[in-house]
Amino acid sequence: MSLEVSAGTHLGEFALDADFKSESRVTAIFGSSGSGKTSVLNVIAGLLRPERGRVAVDGTVLLDTGAGVFVSPHRRRIGYVFQDDRLFPHLSVKGNLTYGRIFAGSSRNHASFEEVIDLLDLGSLLHRGIAALSGGEKQRVAIGRALLSSPRLLLLDEPLSSLDERRKEEVMPFLEKLRDRASMPIVYVSHVLSEIERLAGTVVLMASGRVLAVDDASRVKAKAAELR
Amino acid sequence: MFTLTGEELVAIKLSLRVALVATALSLPVGILIALVLARGRFLGRGLLNALVLVPLVLPPVVTGYLLLLTFGRNAPVGRWLADQLGIVFAFHWTGAALASAIMAFPLMVRAIRLSIEAVDRKLEQAAATLGASRLSVFATVTLPLIAPGIFAGAILAFARAMGEFGATITFVSNIPGETQTLPTLVYTFTQVPGGDAAALRLTLISLAISLAAILVSEALAQRVSRRLHAI
Repeated sequence: MSLEVSAGTHLGEFALDADFKSESRVTAIFGSSGSGKTSVLNVIAGLLRPERGRVAVDGTVLLDTGAGVFVSPHRRRIGYVFQDDRLFPHLSVKGNLTYGRIFAGSSRNHASFEEVIDLLDLGSLLHRGIAALSGGEKQRVAIGRALLSSPRLLLLDEPLSSLDERRKEEVMPFLEKLRDRASMPIVYVSHVLSEIERLAGTVVLMASGRVLAVDDASRVKAKAAELR
Repeated sequence: MFTLTGEELVAIKLSLRVALVATALSLPVGILIALVLARGRFLGRGLLNALVLVPLVLPPVVTGYLLLLTFGRNAPVGRWLADQLGIVFAFHWTGAALASAIMAFPLMVRAIRLSIEAVDRKLEQAAATLGASRLSVFATVTLPLIAPGIFAGAILAFARAMGEFGATITFVSNIPGETQTLPTLVYTFTQVPGGDAAALRLTLISLAISLAAILVSEALAQRVSRRLHAI
């Protein structure tokens, strides 16, 4: 599993200039809010087109401004779990979960519906409407929806940040299961060090749009403490 | 007092047909223009918007006269359409439908445009990351979310088309059985002695149709906002 990201762009006053590589199953991007974490995810997903940059997942080039390569978001097969759940309000839980399968094509190895339902314990929610779900349930459905689109890489943007402590503890075990059982690499964004310590192999430390360090969790923790 | 005469029934049926045809044929155009105005960033967007809205403020008689100058029997466009495609608007019920469609268009586009602008574009981004192309995103996310807005716009346009008077009478006159709609018949009754009862009958029918349309349209608009802000 390999991920290569390099992106430079200007967003108003903010300048993003981030480069990193990772071979881990779970790569965490860690930094305070406004450090450019979400922008990096948007570059990887193709939702943000940087002035210069290169993105490659397991050798497949998705973006290379030098070579004029820009794969549009719907062809990238990047699963994205947003900070806000972004579930479709006009579809049921099941409709949301199966949405990506319509477009995933038949030739690929699908994540099995039953496996994902089981992994995230969604069985009892399938026929509910989105409005009837709690915050934690919504986040689990959003993760399931992304997994079922058979992505080559899964992006998780602070999936716990909108939840209270009790809900966080409810979702965390699912994330740990996901780390151990998912077949694709994961990029996990957070500004909470304890989450990252529990989940990540490689940590990318970011501040004001730049990458300060790429290392394992404990060493990045030391470095982050130094910076404070 | 409350029984309709044959003449009145003919006018009501014609009005329904005119309004239905006007709404159905202008709806796809209305959705497209609403999309372009809500999402497009191009030179001349302001002008397009003004052109769509201008029938709201222009005296209807002026709109009707402009239609006559463009689509009349001896006008260049009107003659070309008649010769090449066999489509005649002047003094024909289709002309009443065209006039109604143009007068109702601003209301239709406005309702649809507002519902498009209320759609959270983040949902469309999410759909793209799940593999949906732009066309698929529109068909599976945007369109279902704005559907109540489209219905609301169509109903409003239908009601407006039912009530069209000024542009219609100027463009296609007031010919019984051909271009005499409910409003132009009311006008006729107010111009002749002893027409009061008939005018009142038709007025009540007109009032009922308009009220029902507004009620349904408002209810649908509320549904749009509930649906789009479901948390």
